[in-house]
Amino acid sequence: MRKKQYRLERTHLNSLLKLLREEGYQTYGPVRGELAMEWAPLTDVGELPRGWTSAHGPAHYRLENRGGESLFGYRNGPESLKKFLHPPRARIMKAERNGGAFRILEDRPAAAKRAFLGVKPCDVAAVAALDRVLLNDRYSDDIYQANRAGLFLIAVHCTECAETCFCASSKAGPQAKTGFDIALHERLDGAMPEYFAECGTAAGAALLEKTGAPPAPPEWARELADACALAAGAQQRKVDFSSAAAVVERNYDSPRWDDIARRCMACGNCTQACPTCFCVNFEEHSSLDLQTAERHRVWDSCFTQNFTYIHGGSVRLSTKSRYRHWLGHKLARWQQQFGSPGCVGCGRCITWCPAGIDITAEFEWLKAGAPAAI
Amino acid sequence: MSLALETPAAAERSVMEPVAARLASVAKETHDTFTLNLEPPEGDPVAVFQPGQFSMLYVPGVGELPISISGDPERREQLTYTIRSVGQVTYQLVTRRPGDTIGIRGPFGTAWPMKESRGKSVLIVAGGIGLAPLRPAIYHILRHRGDYNRLVVLYGGRSPRDLLYKKEFAAWGMLPDTQALATVDYGGVSWRGYVGVVTTLFRHVRMQPKETVAMLCGPEIMMRYASRELETRGIPPEQIHLSMERNMKCAVGFCGHCQMGPYFVCKDGPVFPYTSMKPYMDLYEL
Repeated sequence: MRKKQYRLERTHLNSLLKLLREEGYQTYGPVRGELAMEWAPLTDVGELPRGWTSAHGPAHYRLENRGGESLFGYRNGPESLKKFLHPPRARIMKAERNGGAFRILEDRPAAAKRAFLGVKPCDVAAVAALDRVLLNDRYSDDIYQANRAGLFLIAVHCTECAETCFCASSKAGPQAKTGFDIALHERLDGAMPEYFAECGTAAGAALLEKTGAPPAPPEWARELADACALAAGAQQRKVDFSSAAAVVERNYDSPRWDDIARRCMACGNCTQACPTCFCVNFEEHSSLDLQTAERHRVWDSCFTQNFTYIHGGSVRLSTKSRYRHWLGHKLARWQQQFGSPGCVGCGRCITWCPAGIDITAEFEWLKAGAPAAI
Repeated sequence: MSLALETPAAAERSVMEPVAARLASVAKETHDTFTLNLEPPEGDPVAVFQPGQFSMLYVPGVGELPISISGDPERREQLTYTIRSVGQVTYQLVTRRPGDTIGIRGPFGTAWPMKESRGKSVLIVAGGIGLAPLRPAIYHILRHRGDYNRLVVLYGGRSPRDLLYKKEFAAWGMLPDTQALATVDYGGVSWRGYVGVVTTLFRHVRMQPKETVAMLCGPEIMMRYASRELETRGIPPEQIHLSMERNMKCAVGFCGHCQMGPYFVCKDGPVFPYTSMKPYMDLYEL
């Protein structure tokens, strides 16, 4: 069956938001914060960052206004959908004490219905990567499951990439192929942008139908593919994921790790900005009268000293070993564990590393035994 | 929020939600190690385990820890844990009083290859508290003695006062077709037994290596040398099994802490065949 394709104008996007809210969704979009793009509640496309984009580089990020009518010319800020699906802090249980005994209070996560407009293909792929870890592995996480069940994704294909993007290598983009309810291509050749809309799910199809938008011209699908291919070709950074396992294995004792460790501060920014880094820790909180205790789950980072602590000491004491673990996991071992890379090529870890350490350049160095050409 | 039953039925429980279990008894094993017997709700799947598996034990307001089950797998009414008090949570666990409640999740992880070992001899090599996760395997063999050939238990401890299950251990040594030998790093004047690392006991073992399955648990360095030596003594590497330890927060593959190379120790282990672990055991800070 041929996917139904529509030609949308700005007003149709507003109808989409309105219809989603009527269906009980909280609607979110990329909104310009003071210093960075963030995901925020959105009720009107007028709140989208019209004309704004950002410049990216290792340890460099600046919002820039280049004018024009583009609503989705923005590039990824530090936040991804991970913040909503796998929240930075969540209470997982509560217990009430009764002498030396205690009882566990029912504390199921509340289901939230959230719709996101304007998700970049890498972040769509990141949701699929999190699904494989938190939903479709041996066990499933009920908090993630509840948030994931209420997720509606309107993706936006990328026809231009940031300097730090390498989604063509991970095959996550620049054209979103799967994992969305609706995907949009913002066409800027006219006076006002028009949107080529395709549905990825039945829910997406039903919603598009309701907007009353006309069908899209048949050549738009090819034009989208061409524009995305052009964007992919322009990406400077590349990672050969198929060789990652071998590269990581044969470089276990490479002096390159020492060189990285001289720059890496083990701050964990890369892991917090990463849309797929899922590691968590648990915290106990008790009330002052010691009658109730809560257990909280919080984001953790494999760069912390205590991450690998067992009786007698931490397994990974040095910064070098922690970076080696992180790069090895993202690029190579995730493939062995979950069948696909843990890196979607969004470039956030490069942009938000305060030392500007570039995972693609370091991988190239390890692979070739010499600095990358970039 | 409503008050739920003391323990919600297993089917509606999230994998992160513990079952409240009553502490039936606490027995002092050594100066720092205690054995806890817990009574989980009757018929709850938390009590159905294979030798080598572990549970997450929880003290509200203090924390949660992975602890291997050290009791008899066929005694479903009780769950037994042997815990060395070395930190905040273990201290709180061993100082609970009978009648107190402890949270349990599990059981988790892989088990000793009891079925695959049928018809063969079993060589158990334990170091320190590492004997605890191996005891259910010993119980299983003793209950199904005809299914297995010889049973050899080699046990290394720091000193005589650190040795666990002393009476039981001596009784195992008296059984037919069974050897139970202990060695210590430091014996003191009254110790009449072996002194030295556990690998020094290998020369006393009487069994056919090709027909032997080895099960190892103890400090990583002990397992590294023991597995290497067992291989040189002719036990095929796929018949050597190790129980690994890593920092573990969730036991279900969500927290990421226990990764060791491509493995999550919580769900791919803790019991691994030596063939899987061999490439990673010598890597410092993996």
